[in-house]
Amino acid sequence: MNQIVQKKRIAEGINLFEIEAPLIAKKRKPGQFVIIRIDETGERIPLTIANADKEKGTITIIVQVVGKTTEHLGTLNSGDSILDVVGPLGQPTHIERFGTVIAVGGGVGHAVCYPIARGMKDAGNYLISIIGARTKNLIILENETNAFSDELYITTDDGSYGRKGFVTDQLKEILDSGKKVDLVLASGPAIMMKFVCLMTKEYGIKTIVSLNSIMVDGTGMCGVCRVEVGGKTKFACVDGPEFDGHEVNYDLLLKRLATYKEEEKLAYDKFMLKTKDK
Amino acid sequence: MGEEKKKKKKERAPRQEMTRQDPKKRIMNFNEVALGYSEETAVIEASRCICCPKPKCVDGCPVLVDIPGFIKLVQERKFVEASKMIKETNVLPAICGRVCPQETQCEIVCVLSKIDKPVAIGRLERFVADYEAAAGEIEMPSKPEPKGKKVGVVGSGPAGLTVAGELAKMGYEVTIFEALHKPGGVLVYGIPEFRLPKAIVAREVDFVKKLGVELKTNFVVGRIATVEELFEQGYEAIFLGLGAGLPWFLNLPGINLVGIYSANEFLTRSNLMKAYLFPEYDTPLKVGEKVVVIGGGNVAMDSVRTSIRLGAKETHIIYRRSRKEMPAREEEIENAEAEGVIFDFLVNPVEFLGDNEGRIRAMKLLRMKLGEPDDSGRRRPIPIEGSEFEYECNTAVIAIGQGPNPLALSTMKTLKLNKWGYIEADWETGKTSMKGVFAGGDIVTGEATVIEAMGFGRRASIAIDKYLTTEEW
Repeated sequence: MNQIVQKKRIAEGINLFEIEAPLIAKKRKPGQFVIIRIDETGERIPLTIANADKEKGTITIIVQVVGKTTEHLGTLNSGDSILDVVGPLGQPTHIERFGTVIAVGGGVGHAVCYPIARGMKDAGNYLISIIGARTKNLIILENETNAFSDELYITTDDGSYGRKGFVTDQLKEILDSGKKVDLVLASGPAIMMKFVCLMTKEYGIKTIVSLNSIMVDGTGMCGVCRVEVGGKTKFACVDGPEFDGHEVNYDLLLKRLATYKEEEKLAYDKFMLKTKDK
Repeated sequence: MGEEKKKKKKERAPRQEMTRQDPKKRIMNFNEVALGYSEETAVIEASRCICCPKPKCVDGCPVLVDIPGFIKLVQERKFVEASKMIKETNVLPAICGRVCPQETQCEIVCVLSKIDKPVAIGRLERFVADYEAAAGEIEMPSKPEPKGKKVGVVGSGPAGLTVAGELAKMGYEVTIFEALHKPGGVLVYGIPEFRLPKAIVAREVDFVKKLGVELKTNFVVGRIATVEELFEQGYEAIFLGLGAGLPWFLNLPGINLVGIYSANEFLTRSNLMKAYLFPEYDTPLKVGEKVVVIGGGNVAMDSVRTSIRLGAKETHIIYRRSRKEMPAREEEIENAEAEGVIFDFLVNPVEFLGDNEGRIRAMKLLRMKLGEPDDSGRRRPIPIEGSEFEYECNTAVIAIGQGPNPLALSTMKTLKLNKWGYIEADWETGKTSMKGVFAGGDIVTGEATVIEAMGFGRRASIAIDKYLTTEEW
């Protein structure tokens, strides 16, 4: 069960896994995620379902190495299995024909944006994609996104590829061009989503963000993923993960994401030491 | 005559205590606190039972265990037989013997309690169940005639396990769908190892599996399949034993500060994810030096006692009424006291205060006094105006109860819910407003006990059998 049928390194420190999960593949909709646990001593982490193949019965997840669990995942290969994969969780994206939609994906956050953007395109929207990253070899899914986007822009912080600057620079240019934009989607680091939303609020454009809170069960049972949206407490796992970006308290999100910083480092260092010994 | 009576009274042994781990030692580990009876103490305790002809204890038990019957077998040292007798009506005796509130169920009505302490029914139940398991003599009931009908059970907590076990014994093909990666529901994510070792839960789940029940973990009904789809897949009746599962937070300023946990999160990290073994296990659980747990029930006691074992230096229970009104079992309160928990009564938080990094550093508490009894029969706490004061703490656990989790329910449009969002089901049969759908346990009653959920499950299993046999709804 949950066997990895394909593993591909798609950028520096970013792997794509295609996993056998026929029931999830059949049910999932854009915007939903799975929770995985690699082995008996593993933790439960949420990962967006980037793609699914109903016929093959597989789902695709895209994972950047950021800590122990993702590092460990990166050591797995085609043929290996993941102990637990549960989903599809979360509310699917509300997809309809809005008109013109801009999808902004930052770093590995573009893996979250990607299925939603595709859903928007399939629903008949004019789709503009912006993919941003720190540097060229962190850009993911460029060709795949290009295949269905009406316009595609790349930005890198260091200018090694595409436009030099942040996704917000590109976004501003489009918004200033006078084009009528009906909806913006944003997914990436909390700080990026915050700045995208500050900008789109100014322009009065509805913006949906997908939040990457810490989760345990993913079914609304524990409340660790709670976020403040419009001053109200919401659970990202069952009420989200997508919310009205203009209403989200990003500072709180950032602080809550940092809850286990020290423990995460400890677990990572311990894992690296162990793998080095081998 | 009078003298003879006096003599007899003298002969009765006192209620036998269980040995417990020394508080100083046990706060350093997660091993079980109560160590159970030896054969000798069990026989002595059993001999205290006068085996009344009209026993009241049986009526006090939600699943109607033949209590005098099994105690008589203990008197005769037929421990395995005693365990088997309990299992006729209760598939999880080792669990019930540990976590049932006997003092408000079977033991409170024990005839002896009028003149002496009641027979320690729970401790005896635990003893015989453990004895049977240790003896390796767990015998399976004879295989029933297959009914050729499939029943789906949603949730593998006490209610679900009971329904599944009972129906399997009758010959139904039963599948349990569990959302988490481990079966057991609240028994694995909620109740700590030191009160209910997980090996015992695994043993009892294994027993249910051996009865022929199929168990599908990581299966979130409502997401991966709806109840309607399960019917389409050939299940002819569905039992919903979802548990409560939606933590209540206090709607107060600062409730989302880092370091404020729901009891569900706190306990799930520790119990299900084994955070107490971090970093051997990956899931962490951070406790500060001074931990406060808000609430006065068993879950609050479990949380506060977990926090001590995780290294908290000072632990407090914050409760808005007084000790007398606390819903926790007396035994759990005593255990917490022995482990050094400080109880702060008649105070209630009104605000949580954070530091620059958004971590909790203090609470604002308001003093309370007790007024007239409310609907629950307990005296109502009344705030004392102007009595606010600041109270430092680094970790807070909110253990004020939980409500119904809407995840699965929201996908069942025709299922009737009550005004609190729990399923409206008949308490005798578990029948809901949807044909073929039964429900029981906390998702119907609201938060209750393990044994009440099991009692509900037992009644529902009889009703499900009747429905599938007669096809009458």
